[in-house]
This record gives sequence, C-alpha cells and structure tokens, in this order.
Amino acid sequence: MEILLKVDSVTKRFGGFTALNAVSLEVRRGERLGLIGPNGSGKTTLINCISGALINESGGISFNGRSIMSLPAYQRTRQGIARSFQIPRPFRSMTVIENLLIPLAYVRGFSGGKADGCAEQILTSIGLAAKANQLCSHLTQVELRKLELARAMAAEPQLLISDEAMAGLAGTEIDEVLSILHTLNKKGITIIMIEHIMQAVMSFSERVICLDAGQIICQGTPTEVVADPYVQRAYLGD
Amino acid sequence: MKFWVTCAVLLSGVVALAVSNVNNYVFFAGFVVLQSIVLATAWNILGGYAGYVNFGIPAFIGAGAYTALGMHLWIDASLIIQILAASLLCGIVGFLVGALTVRLRGIFFSIATVALVFIFETIVMNTPFLGGAAGMQLSRPETGGVFPTYLRMLVVVMLLLAIVAVALARYVQDSYIGKGLKALRDSEEAAECCGVPTLKLKLLACSLSGALLGAAGAPLPMYLSYIEPVSTFNLLYAVSAIAMPIIGGMSHWIGPVIGAILLSSLQQLVTVTISSELNVLVVGVLLVLFVVAAPDGIVGLYKRWKSS
Amino acid sequence: MISLDLLLEAVLFGILLGGFYAAVSLGLSVSFGLLDVPNVAHPAVLVVGAYGAFSLGKYGIDPIVAGLLLTPLFFVAGSLFYKGYYIIFERRGQSAAVNGLAFFFGVVFIVEVVLVLWYGVDQRSAKAPYIGGSLELGEIRIPYRLLSAFGVALVISVMLSLYLSKTFLGRAIKAVGQDEEALRLMGVDPVRVKQLAFGIATGVNSLAGAVLLILAPVEPTIDRIYIGRTFCVVVLAGLGSVSGTLTAGLILGVAESIVLMFFGASWSPAVAFGLLLILLGFRPQGLFGR
Repeated sequence: MEILLKVDSVTKRFGGFTALNAVSLEVRRGERLGLIGPNGSGKTTLINCISGALINESGGISFNGRSIMSLPAYQRTRQGIARSFQIPRPFRSMTVIENLLIPLAYVRGFSGGKADGCAEQILTSIGLAAKANQLCSHLTQVELRKLELARAMAAEPQLLISDEAMAGLAGTEIDEVLSILHTLNKKGITIIMIEHIMQAVMSFSERVICLDAGQIICQGTPTEVVADPYVQRAYLGD
Repeated sequence: MKFWVTCAVLLSGVVALAVSNVNNYVFFAGFVVLQSIVLATAWNILGGYAGYVNFGIPAFIGAGAYTALGMHLWIDASLIIQILAASLLCGIVGFLVGALTVRLRGIFFSIATVALVFIFETIVMNTPFLGGAAGMQLSRPETGGVFPTYLRMLVVVMLLLAIVAVALARYVQDSYIGKGLKALRDSEEAAECCGVPTLKLKLLACSLSGALLGAAGAPLPMYLSYIEPVSTFNLLYAVSAIAMPIIGGMSHWIGPVIGAILLSSLQQLVTVTISSELNVLVVGVLLVLFVVAAPDGIVGLYKRWKSS
Repeated sequence: MISLDLLLEAVLFGILLGGFYAAVSLGLSVSFGLLDVPNVAHPAVLVVGAYGAFSLGKYGIDPIVAGLLLTPLFFVAGSLFYKGYYIIFERRGQSAAVNGLAFFFGVVFIVEVVLVLWYGVDQRSAKAPYIGGSLELGEIRIPYRLLSAFGVALVISVMLSLYLSKTFLGRAIKAVGQDEEALRLMGVDPVRVKQLAFGIATGVNSLAGAVLLILAPVEPTIDRIYIGRTFCVVVLAGLGSVSGTLTAGLILGVAESIVLMFFGASWSPAVAFGLLLILLGFRPQGLFGR
C-alpha cells in the first residue's frame, strides 16, 4: 500500500524545551492509525507540525510523495490534510451550517446552492441537521465535537487527524463519534486518531504508535503496544 | 439592485443641489460628513471585518493629502490623478504595515499605525518641498467644471468616493472574502485548517483600507486651501474615525455610514455651540460607552430589538 | 568628523535619559508585558501622575514626595480599574480584542481632554532645589534634574525587580501571565493577583509621573510621544522581562540622544517609533523575551 504521509526525523523545540525529538513515522493510505501517549508527550505538537500550525526546526514532512514543508497551513488543508482541535474551535459568530460553508468555499470552491446542498448532506450524515441554522453557542459538547469533524469532512480530505475528539464524552456519545470515523475510513479517508480512551483506540486502530517525551517508544498492533512494558511505564509511572 | 438605485438617486440629488443657488455652508458641512463616511467605512473593512484596529488614521489621511499636494506641485496633476496616486501610496503603506505586524498580536499593528503618524509628520516637517513645518497655502481654482465653485465639485467628488467605499465594503462583506475574514476573526487557526489564506486576506484588508483612507485625504489640501503637518497628523482625529463604526456597528457596512452621519452631525453641533475640547470629550465618552455597553453598535441593538 | 567629546556627552545624557525611559515603562512592562492588557492608556496615566505632582506642588510639596503620596491612590484606582476591565472584557473572548483596544484608546483621549479642561494647554513645570542648575564634569554640564530623574528611576526599577523576584506575590505576578492554572491549584486567585499587578503598575506611574515633571515641563498631549517610547522599551526588553526594561531604556535613551545631538530636534520624535517598527519587523521578541 502506498505511503500517504511521511514524517522524517522531525524536531520541534520551544525555547529550551524539546517537544519532539527526531520523530519519524509513516502512514499508509486508508490506514487507521492510533496515536497515544501521556499528557505532554508531544502528540498535539506533532499534529500541529503536520497541519502547519507550527513549523518544525528540522526534519521533513511529505504528503503524497511531495514535501509540504514550505506550505502554509491553509495550503496543506487544500492538499488534503484536515484536522479537528482538542478544544473545539467553532466559528462562533456563524451558524452550524455557515461553519461548513467556509471549507466548502475555500477548499473545494463551492458556493451558493451547491455548497448549501453539500453542507446539508454532511450535517445529516452526522446527525446535526436539526441544528443547521443555530449558532454554535447553542450546541452541546458532543455536538461541538461532531461539528469539528463535519468541518474537517467538508474539506473532503485524504487524511483526517482527529485530536481527542472523544475527550470528556460518555458511553453512547463515544460510539457515535467512533462510527462517524469508521464511516469516513470506509470511504477511503486515512485517519490518525489521538485519544486517551484506550477502549476506543484499541477497537478503532489497525496500528498504534505511542509517544513519550517527544519520542516514539513503541509501534505495532493495539494489543502489542498496550502490552509493551515501556508503554505501561509511561502511562502508569514506575 | 436597491443599493445602486439609492446611490444614483443620491448622486443626482447632490449634483442638482451643487449647481443650484443653495448656501455654501451646506457644502462645507456636507464635505465633512461625506469624508467621515469614507473614513469610517474604510476603517471598518480592517477593523470590523478583519479585527485589526487602526489608530493611525491621521497618518493615512495625511499621507493621502500630502501625496495629492506633491503630485499637484510636481506635475500639476488633476484631482483624479491626485486621488489615484494617494490611494496607491496609502494602499502600499497599509500593505507594508500589515506585512510587518499581522503575524504578531493585534495591538502591535495598532501601535505601528501610531508610529506612522509620528514618522510621517517628522518626514513632512523636514521636507521643504511639501511646505515643511510652516505648511503651504494653496489657491483654489475659481470654478469647478460645471459647478459654480470648486468646493461644490469637491463635495460631489467626495460623494463619489463615499459610494465607491461603501460599494467595496458591501462587496467584501457579502463575498466569500468577507466570510473568510469572519472566520479568521473567530478563530485564525481553525480558519487556516479550513483552507482560508489568513495572511493574504489580512493584507488585502490592510491595503484596501489604507487605499480608501488615502483617497479620502487627497482632496483635503484643496478643501482647506492650506495644509500643515501638525494639524494634519493630529492623533485626535483618530478618535472620531474609530468611534463612528463602533457606534454604528462593525458587522455590517451600513454601521459605519450610520455612525458617520450621526457623529459628524453631532460634532458640528457641539463645536459650533460649545467648544472643540468638549467635542472630543463627547466622542471619547460615547466611544467608551458603546464599547462597554453596546459593542455591536446601533446595528447590533437593532438586530436584538428585531428578534425580541 | 564626529567630535568624540560631543559623542561622549550624547551617550552620557542618553544613559541618564534612558534610565528615566526605563522607569516610565515599568508600569507597562507589568500591565502589558506580564498581564497582556492592551494598555495604550499607560502614558496617559503617567501624565496624570505628573499633573498630580504639579497640583500638590502648588501647596509647596516636593514633586518626589508628591509622587509618593499619590502612589497609594493610584494603586487603588488601578486595582479597581482592572477588576472592571476584567469583568467587561476578559470574559468576552475573541472579539473583545478590538473592543479592548478601542476602549483604551478612548480612555487616552478622555484623559487628555480632561487634563486640558482642568489645567489648560500651557506647559506646567515643577520647582525644587534639584531642578535647574547643573553638575559640571570638565567640559560637560549635566543638569541636576536629569541626575535626580535618573536616580529616582533607578531606585524604582531596582525595587520593582526585587519585589517581583523575591516575594511570593511578586513571583505570582510573574507567573500569572503564563500559567493561571498552576496558581489556582496553589490556592491563589489569579484575578486577585492580576488586580494587584495592575495596581502596582498604576502606582509606579504616579512616581514615574513625578519624575517626568522634574525632567521637563508637561502639557496634556505629551502622552502621545510616550506611547512610542514606552512601547519601544517594553518590546525591546521583551514581553515578560521586567528586569530587561532598564537595559532597553538605556538603549533607547542613547539612540535618541545621539540623533538629537547630530540630527537635531526635528528628528528625535521619530526615533522611538522608528526603532519600534524595526523591532516588530525583525525581532519582535526583543532582547530577553519569551
């Protein structure tokens, strides 16, 4: 299977603190990759470097065989990399459907009726159609999470990075989000899932990478990684 | 369509007034009100739509005025050329200030615009060709084309500028550019992740706003028949220019228009009846009051009243 | 050929002036550098401090004593002001950025106009034994007022630096801009700490304003040029670095002094603003910023 995303020896520092230390990984097209690690291990920093929100000091990142290092974030999105945020960042002055019109206009060039139709379709598929014309301030936590994913979906990405989309959600809500991600993956979208909820990561991922203190300490199938002593030490301490 | 019809009606009305025998005072006042509309609208493209607060409006107006003066002295340029040159220069200035500061926090853009006021004033003071510190007297031509006085022609020109400014603001607001600006104001990071080229949009807003401010300043030397740096580059004018869109409402192009008409009319009244210090006090207090109690301005209050 | 004597004199004046610039920027270094409040009204409050010292001077009170007397008043006013600002703006979120800036800008001009209405537009100055007259060092004459301004400035700077690094509340102030959560977990209310900090920043302005009055006559619009000087110093020092303010002030002072000496008074207002623009373009984190 072809390599969609290649992270090559990426290092990111903040002043004296090294958040990512020569991290390398590959993601295959269509894969479901789980990314785990304790708080502060560098997961979100890695995502920020991939999406372009941060620029890494050294190392390279390529997508579809081409380096994206010189591309600003909005162009990486247009190339096909979408992400959701750990703490949802909806466009608060806009309604739910208007939130989707932005990526539809700027990534896919849709406007007018075509955009409206597409947006409605996406909202229906994730169960937010009823609240299409409401302001984001009227949404519940799980609805905000779904909106984050919907916005990413509107960009019709090849790669979707979901950053703790299920944090703080309970039982059925987790299943709802999981099923959305599964549906997207079946359509061919490669998914990187960052999560703390082990059950979700285990059931969803084909492959899991564990990060600790800016370095990859283990890679493999979910069962392999969870059983790894280094991983257990990272999460539970000595 | 309604918009253009209204503009056409206004234009013909003012032109008719200008060729008539009406008292000249109307035109002095009219010039100020129309210029205020341009300033408030131009400011709002950057302030209301993109979220960057320009404190240095006098720098742009002054640069526009002095560019017009320079063109007039250098190649005896016509008013149109003066306005175009002023717009071009100020558009570039807006772009440069933006390029310098929009990667930083918003306040640095604002402070940079204050810096421009002082720096431009200093440059003009040290440039004898433009009159230097002493300033320059200008003689207005007797007539203005078909209009009985040059002043009346300037008023019609200012009305045209106002129409252009408002039309541009309206276009930006309703187009996908406006939506992109709204997104980047709400969350710049999320906007980038939705494919919005935030830097390009910010620089576009900076350039457009700057160009319009410069255009508004270009007729100033001829209007006053006199220009000198200290009163031109006076930071005080920024208070009114910022108060107008905030009072009117920053989210819609009609807000700055409403704010400009209300405030400049009020200012004429207060200055004429009391003193100019009190004028500034009133504007300042209104600005603070609206920011604290009605940050969405009159447009916002109207929207709330309509939905209740 | 640049005369070495003149250059030395310019540098010396610049250092003394720079110490003064550092002192008048300290309040901003705390309120903007540490607390992230877009406090463009800082120079306006500085001028109020100067006028306060002037008013008390009419009762025969020495400017520095007047500054000290008014400090508690300014402190309380600053604390209360911050509480109001916090309730109105910091709770509103993103769009408040435009409103916060517009708010402070409005405050600047309200203050200016009130000063004009109360005191008039004429220049006001203070009288004291250390104002007028100068110290003679060989060929160079250093005005006493410059020396006393520098002296007071140095004392204020050192004391504030010590407070922020040695006391618990001082360190809390340094921390509150970066990690509110940590403070909360320690049982310290971040809002109270910020109120304290803003109060201190305003209180320092009272004394710094008195120093401003000592140095030169004041008039209501003098706050405008100080927007450039104070922000230049704070950005040059680096946001979050109060101790760097002294170094930054010295650099600005020397730069302005040299321009004044060799290019004349018509160019020196542009120095602070010009330097600020260069910094913003090429090194916005300043010398010691985070």
